[in-house]
Order: sequence, then C-alpha cells, then structure tokens
Amino acid sequence: MEETKFTPQTWPDKPEQATMEGRNKFVGIWIFICSDITLFASVFATYLSLKDKGPAGMEYSAAELFELPLAFVMTMLLLTSSLTSVYAMYHMKNHNFKGVQIWMSITVLLGLGFLALEIYEFYHYVHDGFGYTQSAFSSAFFTLVGTHGLHVVIGLVWIVCLIVRNARRGLSLYNAPKYYAASIFWHFIDVIWVFIFTVVYLMGVLG
Amino acid sequence: MMKGLKKWRLFSLLAVMTVFLSACGEDYLTTLKPTGAVGKEQFNLLLFSITIMALVVIVVSVLYLYAFMKARRSKLGEDYMPKQVEGSHTLEVIWTVIPIILLLILAVPTLISTYKFADVKAMDEVNEEGNKTALTVNVTAKLYWWEFEYPEQGIVTAQELVVPTGEKVYFNLKAADVKHSFWIPAVGGKMDTNVENVNKFYLQFDEESEGLEQGVFYGKCAELCGPSHALMDFKVKVLDRDGFDNWVAAMQATEGQTASAESADLGEQTFANSCLMCHAVSGVGASGAMGPNLTTFGDRNRVAGVLEHTEESIEKWVSDPESIKPGNLMTGKYGELSDEEISAVADYIMGLSIEE
Amino acid sequence: MSSAAVSNKKGFGATLWDYLTTVDHKKLGVMYLFAGTLFFAIAGLEALLMRIQLMIPNSDFVSAGTFNELLTMHGTTMLFLAATPLLFGFMNAVVPLQIGARDVAFPFLNSLGFWLFFLGALFLHLSFFLGGAPDAGWTNYASLALYSPGHGIDFYVLGLQISGAGTLISGINFIVTIITMRAPGMTFMRMPLFTWTSLISSALILFAFPPLTVGLFLMLVDRMFEANFFDHTMGGNTVIWEHLFWIFGHPEVYILVLPAFGLFSEIIPVFARKRLFGYSSMVFATILIGFLGFMVWAHHMFTTGLGATANAIFAVATMAIAVPTGMKVFNWIMTIWGGSVKVTVPMLYALGFIPSFVAGGVTGVMQAAAPLDYQLHDSYFIVAHFHYVIVGGIVTAIFGSMHFYWPIMFNRALSEKLGVLTFWIFFTGFHLTFFLQHFLGLMGMPRRVFTYQANQGWDLFNFISSIGAIMMAIGVILLVINIIITAKSKPLNCRDYWGDGRSLEWAIQTPVPFYNFKQTPLVRGYDPYWLEKHDGNEEGMVYAEPLGDIHMPNNSILPLIMSIGTFIAAFGALYHPDGKAWAIPVLILGLAITVGAMIVRSVKDDLGFHVHVEEVIATEEHLYGKGGNK
Repeated sequence: MEETKFTPQTWPDKPEQATMEGRNKFVGIWIFICSDITLFASVFATYLSLKDKGPAGMEYSAAELFELPLAFVMTMLLLTSSLTSVYAMYHMKNHNFKGVQIWMSITVLLGLGFLALEIYEFYHYVHDGFGYTQSAFSSAFFTLVGTHGLHVVIGLVWIVCLIVRNARRGLSLYNAPKYYAASIFWHFIDVIWVFIFTVVYLMGVLG
Repeated sequence: MMKGLKKWRLFSLLAVMTVFLSACGEDYLTTLKPTGAVGKEQFNLLLFSITIMALVVIVVSVLYLYAFMKARRSKLGEDYMPKQVEGSHTLEVIWTVIPIILLLILAVPTLISTYKFADVKAMDEVNEEGNKTALTVNVTAKLYWWEFEYPEQGIVTAQELVVPTGEKVYFNLKAADVKHSFWIPAVGGKMDTNVENVNKFYLQFDEESEGLEQGVFYGKCAELCGPSHALMDFKVKVLDRDGFDNWVAAMQATEGQTASAESADLGEQTFANSCLMCHAVSGVGASGAMGPNLTTFGDRNRVAGVLEHTEESIEKWVSDPESIKPGNLMTGKYGELSDEEISAVADYIMGLSIEE
Repeated sequence: MSSAAVSNKKGFGATLWDYLTTVDHKKLGVMYLFAGTLFFAIAGLEALLMRIQLMIPNSDFVSAGTFNELLTMHGTTMLFLAATPLLFGFMNAVVPLQIGARDVAFPFLNSLGFWLFFLGALFLHLSFFLGGAPDAGWTNYASLALYSPGHGIDFYVLGLQISGAGTLISGINFIVTIITMRAPGMTFMRMPLFTWTSLISSALILFAFPPLTVGLFLMLVDRMFEANFFDHTMGGNTVIWEHLFWIFGHPEVYILVLPAFGLFSEIIPVFARKRLFGYSSMVFATILIGFLGFMVWAHHMFTTGLGATANAIFAVATMAIAVPTGMKVFNWIMTIWGGSVKVTVPMLYALGFIPSFVAGGVTGVMQAAAPLDYQLHDSYFIVAHFHYVIVGGIVTAIFGSMHFYWPIMFNRALSEKLGVLTFWIFFTGFHLTFFLQHFLGLMGMPRRVFTYQANQGWDLFNFISSIGAIMMAIGVILLVINIIITAKSKPLNCRDYWGDGRSLEWAIQTPVPFYNFKQTPLVRGYDPYWLEKHDGNEEGMVYAEPLGDIHMPNNSILPLIMSIGTFIAAFGALYHPDGKAWAIPVLILGLAITVGAMIVRSVKDDLGFHVHVEEVIATEEHLYGKGGNK
C-alpha cells in the first residue's frame, strides 16, 4: 500500500481509527488503561492500610510531612500538560503536524517540570530521614507516588520517542494512532495524580 | 461404554464401603466424631450441607444418565438428525430459582453460626472481685511448638493444653514468628495465629480425654510454616471441673521451682547449665519464653510433639534436634553434651511432673 | 519479509528461526501447547514424588524441605505454567479462526506474551539448580515467605512477575481481537461459546493480574530492598499479602475454568449433533461467573480473623456463584438430551467432566459455609475439592480438546484407541487419588504436610491415593506417547474432520494456510458453518469480500530479545541482596536490552507485508490441489 498523500481536507476526522491497526490500538490502549487502573487501585489500597503506620514511637506522619503548596504546583503542571496534549490532538485531527510536534513538546517540558519537583520533594524527605525503608508508611508512600512517577517517566520517554521518530516522517495514518495512544496514557497519568493529590496529600494533611 | 459404567458403579460402592469400614477416623482426631458444642454444630452444618448437595447431585446424575442413555448414536443410528433446540425459558427459570432457594436455606444456619462463633464478648466479663469469669488461654504459636498461658491463673505450659469440661474456653491466638493455625479437629474448627494481631475464638469440650486411646485429643498446626509444619502437633487433655482446678492449683504450687547448677544430680546440673535459660521448670509465669515450659513434661504424651514419650526419645531429640524437626530453633543453642549428660538430663526431664 | 507459503522443505535452522520470530497465532498456539505440556509433565512429576512420600507414614523418601519445594512448585507450575499456557494454546489456535480473522489484533504482542511466559517459567525452574526452589506454597504467604532462607522465594517473585506480564499482555490482546476483528455478520451473540469464554477470561486476566503484580512487587522490595510492607514491627501487615494474592487468586481459577467450559461447549454440540442449549443463558452465566469471581476472594481467608460480618458476606457471595455454574451444567445436559451422541475421545472427556466437576462444585458450596470451613480449611478436604474442579474440569477439557483440535492444529488425528485407554486409566486414577482425600481432611489431616504419624487412621487412604497418582502418571505418559506416534502418522488433508463441525474453524481445510481464510467469511447466523452445510453449501463458507491481496504481519526477533532482557535483569535483582558486585550492572544491562528493544520496535516502521493474489491462488493449489479450498 503506497503512502497516500493527505491534505487537511482529505485527512479523516478520526485519523487514529481510520485503519484496522489504528482501531485496534484505540481499543487496546483503553483496555490497557483498565488494567493499569486496577494496578493503582491495589497500590492505593495498600497505602491506605499502611498510612502513618510504623515502628513504635515513629515521628513521621502524613499531616506533618506533606507540603500542600508544592503538591499544588505539581498538580497544576501536570493538569496543564494534559491540556497541552489535547491541543496536540486537536492539531492532529486537522492534519497540522507542526502543531502536534510543538504542543507535544510543551507537554514534555511541563511533565519534566513535574518530575523535577517530585525528585526534589523525595530528596527532601530522604534527607530528613523519611526514606524508603523507614517504615511501612514510608514504603507505601514512595511505592504509590513512585509508581506514578515511573509512569510519568515512561510517558515522557514514549512521547519524546514519537516526536523524534516522526520528525522526518510527518503525520500519517500509521503514526496517528501512536500519538493518540500516548496522549490517552498521558491523560490517565494525570487522572491518577488527581487521586494521589487528593488521597495522599489533601487527606493526609487535612483529613 | 456400558461395561465402563458398570465398573464405575462398582468402584463407587467399594469406595463407600471402605469409608464406612474405616469408621470415620479416630475419635481423638476426626471432625466426624466431635466433642463440644462448637464441633457438633459444625458437624451438623456438614450433614445439612451434604444432604442438600446430595440432592443436587442425585438430580443432576439422574438427568445426565437419562439424557445420555437415550441419546446414544449406537441406538439411534448414524442417519438420525436431532431437532436443533435453541433453549427453554421455563427450564432456565426453574434451574435458577431452585438452586437459589436451596442456597438460601443453607445460608440461614451458616449466618447464624458465623455470628455465634464470633461472639467472644464473655472474654471481657468480670465478677464482683474484678476477676474474669470466662476461662481464657493465650495461645502463642512458634516454630515448631505451642505455648499456652492462662493469664487469670498466672500459669504457663507448653505442647499440652489442659482444659475443663462443660464450659466455653476462650483463646487469644497469636504467632511469634510466622503464621500458624490452631486446630483441634475433634473439638471444633481452626483459627489462624497471625503475627500482627490477636485472634479470638472459643471452643467447648464435652467429654474428658481420659477415655480416649492415648488419653488426649490431637491438635494440629494448619498453616504451612516451614519444613517441620507437619510435626507441630500439640495435645489436649480435658479434665472435669475438679480435676482441672486441681491441675491449676498444682501448677501454681510450682512457683519458684528451678534447677540448680550446683546440684549433685548430673541431670539437674546439665539442665541448669544448658537448658534453663530457655526452658522453665516452674509453671508460674507468662508467655514469651524461648522454649517450651517443661514443668509438666513427665505428665505429657509426646516428646518434641511427635516422638514417643520415653527417655530414649528425649536422648534422640537432644542429641540431634535437626534430624527430628528440620528448621527447629533449638538446634545449636547449647554446646556439645556428652552421652552421659544427655542420658542424665533425659532422666531429669522425665521426672518433672505435677501429678501425684 | 515475504511469506514462505509456497516454500519447499525448510532446513532445521530456518524452521527454528521461523518459530523464534513467528507472530502467527497458529504457530504460537503450537508453542504454547508444547511448553504447557512440558511444564504439566514437570509439575506432574512433582506431584508423583509427593504422593510417593505420602504413601506410607513417617516416610523419608524426600526430606521435609524438599517436600515443601515440591508442593510449592507443583501448584505454581500447574496453574501458571501448565494450565494457562495450554488454554492459551487453544485460544490462539482456535479463536481467530472461530471469528474469521487472519490473526489476533496485536501479533507482535502475542509473540511477546509467549516469550515472557516461557522465560519467566525458565527462570523459576532454574531455582532447583541454584539453591533451591521456593517453598512457601503457591500462595507464598507473607510471614513464611519473608522468613524463608535462600533465594527460592525470590525466584518465585521474579519468575511469576515476568510470566504474569506475558499473561496480562495476552489477555489484552484477546479482548481487543474479539471486540474488533470479528468477520462481518458475527455479532456478539453469534460468537461461539469458546470465544465468549476467552473474552470473559481475558477480562478477568486484565483485572486480576495487576493485584498479583503489586503483591509480588511488595514482596520483592520487602525481601530485597528492606521495605516494610509485611513487617509488623515496622508497621506492616501480612494480611495485605493475603488480600492482594486472593483478589488475584480467586479470579485466576475462573480464568482457567471458563475457557475449559468454553471448550466443552464446543465439544458437546458437535458430538451430540445438536446445537448448544440455552446459548444466551450460557453467555449470561459466563459473564456473571466472571463478575462474581471478583466478589468472593476472602472465602480463602475465613480463618484469618476478618470478623463475622466479612465472613458472612463472602460466604453468601460464594454460594451465589453456584447458580450460574449450575445453569451451565444443566444446559450441557439439555444439549445432550434429545441429541445423537457419538462417544469419541473428546466426548468421553466431556462425559467424564460433568459428574466430576459437579462433585467438585458441591464441595465448594459446602466450603462456602464459613463455620464449616473452619473445620475444612487447610485440610485435605480442600485439596480434594480443588483437584476435583481443576482436574475434573480443566485437565479433562485440555486432554479432550487436544484430541478435538489436533486435526486443525497439526493436520493429524491423535489415536482414538490410545485415547480411550488413556482416558480410563487417568480418570480412574484421578477419582482414586482425590475422592478419599475428602475423608482424610474430615479425619483431621492438614494439608501441606510432608509426612504423618502412623495410626491416626490415615494410612490406608493415603496409600490408595498414591496408587491413584501412579495411574494418572501412566495416563499422562500414554498421552505423550500418543502425541509422539501421531507426529509420524499420515496428514489428514481434509475439512471438518469430525463431520459435524458447527463453527468457522471447521470450515477451513487443513493444513490451514498461514493467512487463514483466503477471503473473510460472511457469517449468516450462529453456528455459521453448520448453517452453511445444512443450506446445501457443503464445501464451505460464503465470503464477505472478493479475493484480493492479503495483508499479513511481519515476523520479529524483538519479543524474544525483550524477554531475554527481563530474564537477565531478574538475575541481577536476585543476587543484589547477596552483595554481589555484578548484580546491579546485570540488572541495568537486562533492563537496557528490554527497553532498547522496545525503542527499536517503536522507531522502526513495521507495515507488514502483502500476499498478492497470485501467491494466494498458488498457495491454495499447493495445499489442496486444483480447485483449492472454497
């Protein structure tokens, strides 16, 4: 099959679903998200069981440890990055390759900002003695937030790979579903963060 | 096919006969001859559920056999084309509703018993003097032995649980190292001993254990805990009320008992030097010892939970515990003992007793 | 990379490379079948050794520690590395054909799923040679698992993590395949039952494996990186492991039994010459069982001390599952009723399955009564129950389906005579082994015991039970012999081997071409092939498209490389707590290989290849002679 040359007019409305492979990836990423939700649900449940639990006389607690302002800034960065990925998808639907690349890049930058703040936050805790092995609470906290952070790293690597690999190829019905799947994954990470912000930080400090 | 079926029926008959002929197990161990209200109620639930399930099995078997016998191609011929039936709404309703009803019937005694067996409120009741009215035993499961503390009476023993007839005996269950499970099959169901929390339940003992073949009920560990999980047996002695009170008094009378390293008896001397730091010889105390309390060792039923209760067994055990119970925590805790010392200490330990 | 359709005999090296790089669902199905059979034999040997040890009281045939390793590996291998791959083998071989597709939705991931499973299984089995296998039971409860010395448990955690990832990937693959790639006219309610059960089972995999992944991860970090999830002195709790494990573990058994049910729902109508009774109820029951399967996990924890209310809720929920399961049994019986039953080997297994599974199911309902379970839990009664449903349900389905689907998978038929002999020896041995174990449990015998004292009333039944095990071993050996001699038999080269095929996989002449149907079939109703046959269309299906170029996926070595990367990384992780200097570098190397292969995959364009019409026609002629496969 030769590569059809598309124009914004001939480009399908839903480019990510215009081929069989595209439709499969579309359904596939959503099905995958279901399994990832279950993964995070299990980690959340573990965290909630072990929140504030540690050796006798432990002096660390969620209320005293977590700083809401920092978590709020991180949340804003991640939420905005989700928005910018939506812009990228908008441009994809309009066959505007440059728009896709630019807004995906901004998404990556915002994501990196989030990650930098998170690394700073973790470093701060470890420096204060609240490390991974300090207690059940600390193990659960770092595992939950760390698993999310790992998903952020994976998402960033994924999107950067797409930006780089497609730089010379341009937009096509072959790589449109790839961008779409990555953006769904990115939204998912964002939604999970909202839960983390609520359950870990907000409820931890205020609850 | 017919021959195969006949063989199968014959086989089941033989199996059933074998079952009855083996008389349902030993009365000190089997769940099928329970003593005490808890075990009896669980046995009744067994019979009740078997009856309902047998009904189901009979109905299904009859339908299945009839359907098959009528449908054999050998009888119908190669050319017969059956009617392609889609289904039957009526039948679907019948075989949904009837099982639901049967399950509801089963659910009633299930739920009643579930709540009943969990009712341990009596553990907190006290009389006018502030003493607990219910008999409570703190059970600590360890690798690979059982510690039994009677907190109200201030006594502690190991490996052989002593209880009275005719009253609910309550248990606080905990594990000291890994998860175990406390089970006296002939008396009632089990409860796990966890490392992080205390489980509570009760059992009732209706008949004295004196009438049993070995004079004791058998207790088992019912959760895989390591290589010697199968060897973590304990025993249960059930006495009448007076007998139990006498036993408690005799235990309390051992206060202060100890072994002296200066003793003239080689056995006592060896014991004091090599064993006393883990094994107490006074029945007064609390749980948390490194090794089983040996105050009543001479009155017990087994050595190390599984060996015959003889001096020879003690010698075998003390010489090489690892060969008897792989992974046990006594291995290597005391230095080399000479054969003479081992023989003497076995004699000494066998002599530890509170029964007249 | 072009097709090898009209190739001549390939050399050994070329064939090996073909299998190492294949993404073809049919080949992967064969690979799953052989790998599953291999691990079934290993796990069976472990069971035989256990039964020999338990044949007499106070035996020292194997040591206590070895016995614990055997029982752990037997359970783990049978469930994860034998039953699952064997069922995946059938799902791969049959489902795409049943829905009229050319392959699954993600052929590359299909291959990845297989290699991850295989390398995880290999890693786990290396434990026998590297210090000892895991020994805390297939359930690996937290306090014992943390306490267990040596690396056995670490092999368990890492091996299952890798294998489990493969299973999860395959689960996603089949869900998407069944949703998006059905032939025109095949609505959901025209799908064969095996496809339905594969779909629901895959959905169970999707939701059940992540909790296991999390549990294994927590165990890993507790053991290797001093985390505190299960250490109660640091605030942890071992019951968390129990919950996570059983939230996975209960659906896991439905993951296995639902495809088994599906296979029997294919076998029985064919050999009764009658359509499946109550199709919509069967579909509904499958979905309900899948859903309820997630609501009952704590019935494995009745004695843990969760409290009366928790026990009460889970008792009732567990009893509820009996209703849709019973519905299925009645529907199978009613399929036979009024039919014309030919007792071939697959049908023999189906007929043996019904009473055996019902027996296992009713003891399950008994165990659902929580207060009764206080006596039954962790005793041989439980062992009897689950072997009745697993062997009576799943193993009979696998053995029967081997006979049933061998013609499609290998263009050969297993020997009927040997199959009948195998059945009777195995089936008799099975009942002999496990029926008496119900009574052993009731007579106070706990499970997972490496020996027992004499004169507790258990000697005779243990002895007989072990005889039964030997019979089952003989049965399995006969099955393997059957497979070997069949390899040398004449090819069938026919369509609809059993004569009464109803679904699409029987409409295609064997050997099945690598592209499956040359034109996507048009499905005009439920049991589409039966419909066409009885409409006078003897030679096959009506088609939904004209003959044209066929688009097929490329082979790739990357899935194998990715899996090897995880295998290498696992060694690094395993030896890190020992302080080995090379451990972290090896871990990083392994991960780099995997991630690197993933990036290579991502960066390359992989558009598949086209089989041109002329080549299709030539292939058909080569396989079937002039006129070809209609």
